Amino acid sequence: MTSAIAVDRLEVIFDRFRALKGVSLDVQPGESFGLVGESGSGKSTLLRAIAGLAPVASGSIAVNGKTLGTRRDKAFYREVQMVFQDPYGSLHPRQTVDRLLQEPLAIHGFADGEKRIQQALDEVGLGNGFRFRYSHQLSGGQRQRVAIARALILEPSILLLDEPTSALDASVQAEVLNLLEEVRRRRKLTFLMVSHDLAIITHMCERLMVMQSGEAVENLAASDLVERRVTKDYTRNLLRASDGFVRTA
Amino acid sequence: MNRETKTLLDVDDLRVTFPTRTGVIEAVRGVSFSLGRERLGIVGESGSGKSQTGRAIMGVTPSQARISANKLAFDGIDLLRISPRERRALRGNRIAMILQDPKYSLDPVMSIGRQIVETLRTHERVSKAEARERALAMLEAVQIRDPKRVFDLHPHEVSGGMGQRAMIAMMLIAGPEMMIADEPTSALDVTVQLDVLGILDKLVSDRGMGLIFISHDLRLVSSFCDRVIVMYAGKVVEQLKASELGNAQHPYTRGLLNCMPKIGADRHPLPVLDRKPEWAA
Repeated sequence: MTSAIAVDRLEVIFDRFRALKGVSLDVQPGESFGLVGESGSGKSTLLRAIAGLAPVASGSIAVNGKTLGTRRDKAFYREVQMVFQDPYGSLHPRQTVDRLLQEPLAIHGFADGEKRIQQALDEVGLGNGFRFRYSHQLSGGQRQRVAIARALILEPSILLLDEPTSALDASVQAEVLNLLEEVRRRRKLTFLMVSHDLAIITHMCERLMVMQSGEAVENLAASDLVERRVTKDYTRNLLRASDGFVRTA
Repeated sequence: MNRETKTLLDVDDLRVTFPTRTGVIEAVRGVSFSLGRERLGIVGESGSGKSQTGRAIMGVTPSQARISANKLAFDGIDLLRISPRERRALRGNRIAMILQDPKYSLDPVMSIGRQIVETLRTHERVSKAEARERALAMLEAVQIRDPKRVFDLHPHEVSGGMGQRAMIAMMLIAGPEMMIADEPTSALDVTVQLDVLGILDKLVSDRGMGLIFISHDLRLVSSFCDRVIVMYAGKVVEQLKASELGNAQHPYTRGLLNCMPKIGADRHPLPVLDRKPEWAA
């Protein structure tokens, strides 16, 4: 079976800084794969490199068996869409939700825009009442729903999720995570999800890769984390940290 | 009266309101609690009024806001009656505050050492040389390995974790009796978070300070504090011992605990919070 995403010895260099030092990754179609690490570990850079938003120095990326060049074509973005971390920064402040959702449809020449916008809003649980609002009239959770609707409206097969809930309150986070799981099940999507929170990754993903300073530390199944079958100290530290504060006498 | 049981801060029916063009926004609606020399957590989601409660105690609420309370007393001093000058003398001296993000709350054009010295010399008459010595000692106390080097660095030259340690050093240098920490570790990586909490914990217990720890993270707060106050829509919905969190009574507290993903708990979909209008009543 061809992999949904295959990354081979990828290097990303900003000026002279090596953000990714030869990282390889393989995600099967329909799988949910997690990337975990601290800030500066390169997890977001890897995601952005796949989306064509980071300068790739060497190595290769293939999506659904097709190796990508430096420029991404329209067909790529019909397959792969991204949801960003900050729901406040990723929606155009002077466009209504309706206008925001029309943009990708216009770019890709869809004719039945009206129907698709309604469908997309229904799917993320917003309904028609939100259609002509501006993003500043929405809460953080609602904005992230709009961002998810915008990603889904082109019916991609792969979603790249960059910390999609870290700017949200815990109760809203649960709603958005549930929504993401539901659309994945319904549309048989492939997820590549970045988070610094091990609990979220084990909840959402079947497999994951732990990263540190631009390199892969280890590849694990979510069940390994649950049973604490980890081999590297770095991962063990992350696991311990996610248990909360422990007072040393 | 022994040190532990003495009340440091007494808050009764604290209200903070913001007049706006479209009407009055009640950010804090009648919050009451008292603080001894202990670690008290205030937990709530965005908009619950937790930060405005802390800011009102510190006296850094925006000027258009109205604050009222039956009682807002720090060590017997009525904070709402004293002059701005007396309030200023308390702030940074006997009451200190740590903010969320060192990137935005440190002065970007002043070296870390000078900022610490500035705090000290505002509140105590000490020579420049002595102030420098004490600042270096304080940087060492917050486990900065090379205090002499860090003293001359500017905030943009240090990592988030180190910046937060510098802020803790700055806040502790005048020897405050009460510290308000507003999301002190939310901008930090999880592993750094624990280091900073460890330092804070040690300093607070060594010096016998009262600590108000404001956070959105119920689990973190309960692992760190002695007592927890849960706020919702400007009100306290529940007050309990941190060790009793598992027996929380209020549906909001329980919902908040329940909706977070846990490693090892296989719950699909996650339980979501079903907000009841009577919680805010």
